[in-house]
Amino acid sequence: MSGLALQDITKQFGDFKAVDSVNLSVPHGKFVCLLGPSGCGKTTLLRMIAGLEEPTEGAIILDGEDITPVPTHKRNLGMVFQSLALFPHLSVGDNISYALRIRGASKDEQKRRAEELLTLVHLPGFADRPVAKLSGGQRQRVAIARALALSPKLFLLDEPMSALDAKLRESMQVELRQLQQRLGITTFVVTHDQREAMTMADVVVVMGEGRIRQAASPMEIYRKPADAFVADFIGSTNLLDVTADNAGRASVLGQVIPDLALPAGTAKASISIRPEDVRLGKPGPGAIPGTVTFVRDLGGTIETFIEAGGQTVVAVATPRERVDVAAGDRVGITLPPEACVVVKS
Amino acid sequence: MRRETPKSIADYTPLFFPAVMLVVFFVVPFSTMIAVSFFKRDPAGFYTPDFVVDNYARFLSAFFGRVLGFSLMLSVIVAICCVAIAFPFTYLLTRRPRAVQTVWLVCLLSVLSLSEVIIGFAWSTLFSRTAGITNLFVWLGVMQEPVALLPGFGAVLTGMVYQALPYTILVLYPALVRLDPTLLEAARTLGASPIHAFFNVVTPALRNTIVATLIMVFVFALGSYLLPQILGRPQHWTLSVLITDQAIYQSNMPFAAAMAVFLVLISLALVGLTLLVGRRENAL
Amino acid sequence: MSETFLRRLYFAAVALFLGAPLIVVAGVSVNEKQDLAFPPIGFSLSWYAQIFLDPEWRRALIASVVLALTSAALAVAIALPLAWFLWRRIAPWANIFQLLGVAPFILPPVITALGFLTFWATIGLYGQPWTAAISHAIFFVTLPLVTLSLGFASIDRSLVEAASTMGADDRTVLKTVVLPLILPYLVSGYAFAFVLSLNEYIVAYMTIGFVMETLPIKIFNALRYGYTPTMASVSVFFVAIAALVFGLIAWFGDIRRLLGAMSSDES
Repeated sequence: MSGLALQDITKQFGDFKAVDSVNLSVPHGKFVCLLGPSGCGKTTLLRMIAGLEEPTEGAIILDGEDITPVPTHKRNLGMVFQSLALFPHLSVGDNISYALRIRGASKDEQKRRAEELLTLVHLPGFADRPVAKLSGGQRQRVAIARALALSPKLFLLDEPMSALDAKLRESMQVELRQLQQRLGITTFVVTHDQREAMTMADVVVVMGEGRIRQAASPMEIYRKPADAFVADFIGSTNLLDVTADNAGRASVLGQVIPDLALPAGTAKASISIRPEDVRLGKPGPGAIPGTVTFVRDLGGTIETFIEAGGQTVVAVATPRERVDVAAGDRVGITLPPEACVVVKS
Repeated sequence: MRRETPKSIADYTPLFFPAVMLVVFFVVPFSTMIAVSFFKRDPAGFYTPDFVVDNYARFLSAFFGRVLGFSLMLSVIVAICCVAIAFPFTYLLTRRPRAVQTVWLVCLLSVLSLSEVIIGFAWSTLFSRTAGITNLFVWLGVMQEPVALLPGFGAVLTGMVYQALPYTILVLYPALVRLDPTLLEAARTLGASPIHAFFNVVTPALRNTIVATLIMVFVFALGSYLLPQILGRPQHWTLSVLITDQAIYQSNMPFAAAMAVFLVLISLALVGLTLLVGRRENAL
Repeated sequence: MSETFLRRLYFAAVALFLGAPLIVVAGVSVNEKQDLAFPPIGFSLSWYAQIFLDPEWRRALIASVVLALTSAALAVAIALPLAWFLWRRIAPWANIFQLLGVAPFILPPVITALGFLTFWATIGLYGQPWTAAISHAIFFVTLPLVTLSLGFASIDRSLVEAASTMGADDRTVLKTVVLPLILPYLVSGYAFAFVLSLNEYIVAYMTIGFVMETLPIKIFNALRYGYTPTMASVSVFFVAIAALVFGLIAWFGDIRRLLGAMSSDES
């Protein structure tokens, strides 16, 4: 099979399991984001793919070949480090042609390839500049160009945007995604920024405590989170207790939600519902009664915090859908069953 | 790159040359010296192998006790003088612009690297009757006629403080340059004057550094062997001078070695104490 | 205002204390006749020419420079692989060699000197000129060891990782990344060892003192038989060399960092 497969990868540091039996299969040419809070094992996983860490157990298969025992320098991959790791003693051009130079490529060849890659990352004519004279965004591009010098099979990036300011980060994300699609190279990006993951990825891999919690397309991750951890980590959500009575009817905050089914035999669970799916209206039959505690008008969206049944529910609306309420008003909430995702507690 | 444990013999190869050099030319000579300290003196050559403790027994003489006492006292005074001058100086230096610091550091390193011979010669000139500082005093009308200020205890002490002062400053420099400036700013905002802040904030915060530096300068001063000879009289000779004298001029290597071993023990004990003090500081 | 004045006064006092003996020696060195007089009587640079023209002083100068050049090179040759190994590998027991490298410098020098004297005498090589080079290399190995350890600590390990992802094996990484980055620290380690070896007296004296003279030995011997202004000119010459070498290190490198200030971009 062409692509990358991780089989039962585990990494143990002393008593601590940084990565815990990870299984993942990524077809050739996909863009994968490893997403999770700090300490979830995503960087360790990336470093094992690069060969910079040795897995305690498991195998890494690239295009059908087990590369677990292959040392980093023979894996033919390109990597961008969090610090970017540009060589301070080399010029931009020499940084980019480093991989060619140590393989004995001719000076002309090195020059030609460096210029080609600089054009690819929109920095033509930068070859002779010293690295220290570059701006943050330029360094970023040079690091990307350098990693792509040998047209590697795998492109790995460890928090590549963390040093950039918010605006530049967003445009670099788009640029990186376009570049990856043009080259069709299998790419792994480690990030803790869910917007970054949603912008770029074909597949988002959400990790928590060393395990893969969910690996799916950005839309599926958002709409159908596998568990409370994923639901909570991706975007903001309302996690509400749900109970089922003997007849199998599920109720949330004391209100029966028709058409919401719990898995058979479950008496208690949680549902996740995105704030933009929560409907706000007048108190009445079928609606959950609540009291508005706070209204936050952010211009583009309006967030309303409602206290209902001892929990806080957040509803988000656009100005167009706005329901005029103020703190202290009594309101009724409806939860569309199709927007409720049952997650384990 | 992660640091790895060496996996094969080949991974140890870089260690081979340094290890051989250090073992053959430091550990072996050092052990030889310890062995020789138990040998018997041979007036015709260097020594004959034996196992006697006579060399150590000689320590018990009144003469040796006086030399040891003087060496320790001299080193203590040098250490106190140096730290007393260097601590405020280094503190002020670390608050200066980088360029000023760099110039001072270059000068201090240049003085520190000076041979003891040159320091001794320079001070003997400065304290001499013909070219010395007293000529200046005569010219200023403070003195009647120029005099020689050496040999004497004051000259030895001055020379040794001169030798150890750059060392003291450079030992204190890292600790002071890393001192959190907000600590002082906090004190200033609470109404402390700079001098107040220095004595009430900086000095207590670095108490252990000061103690460790005192010990290090003390060991450094113990090693001075030429200045007491050039600037002092025989009663100002220290243990280091005595070791050189026994080894070279009296050709009594076993006794010199025994004294050296004794000096090592004192130094090691004090260096160990420094490390202990340092560790406590880090633990805080 | 008064604080600034006090500080300047204090700095001036320290500068005067450190500078006075050197000023007097410099003054003495330009005396026209063989006088120990300050302020100098007449002016002459002939005592500087003496260092190079007088065969005895010239021989001592050459001996000192050869000794300093070789021993500093040997010290770096010992320190570099050791510092590299300690940085590259996890081998706690290997730190014992670091301790051995630092010990001769911390102990009173007379001890190391006597150790060498007994050692070379015991194996019958006492007085060979090269024994002094080895002895100095061991005595001063601390200096390149410290500068190189600092240098390695300053290398971002991800640079090495980046090189290996681009196909560089250990040897290539060493050649193309580590050595170029460590070079300034290597040069300063060499320079420190060179200057100190040039000035060192007792180890040189106890190893080869009876056979040949280095400049410090020559000055001390001359001092015992009376005074010559050449001693003063040699002293000034030495101060100038030290100031030049350390000045160059400060110019091309970051001397504050080498002496323990944390990074080059603070304050």
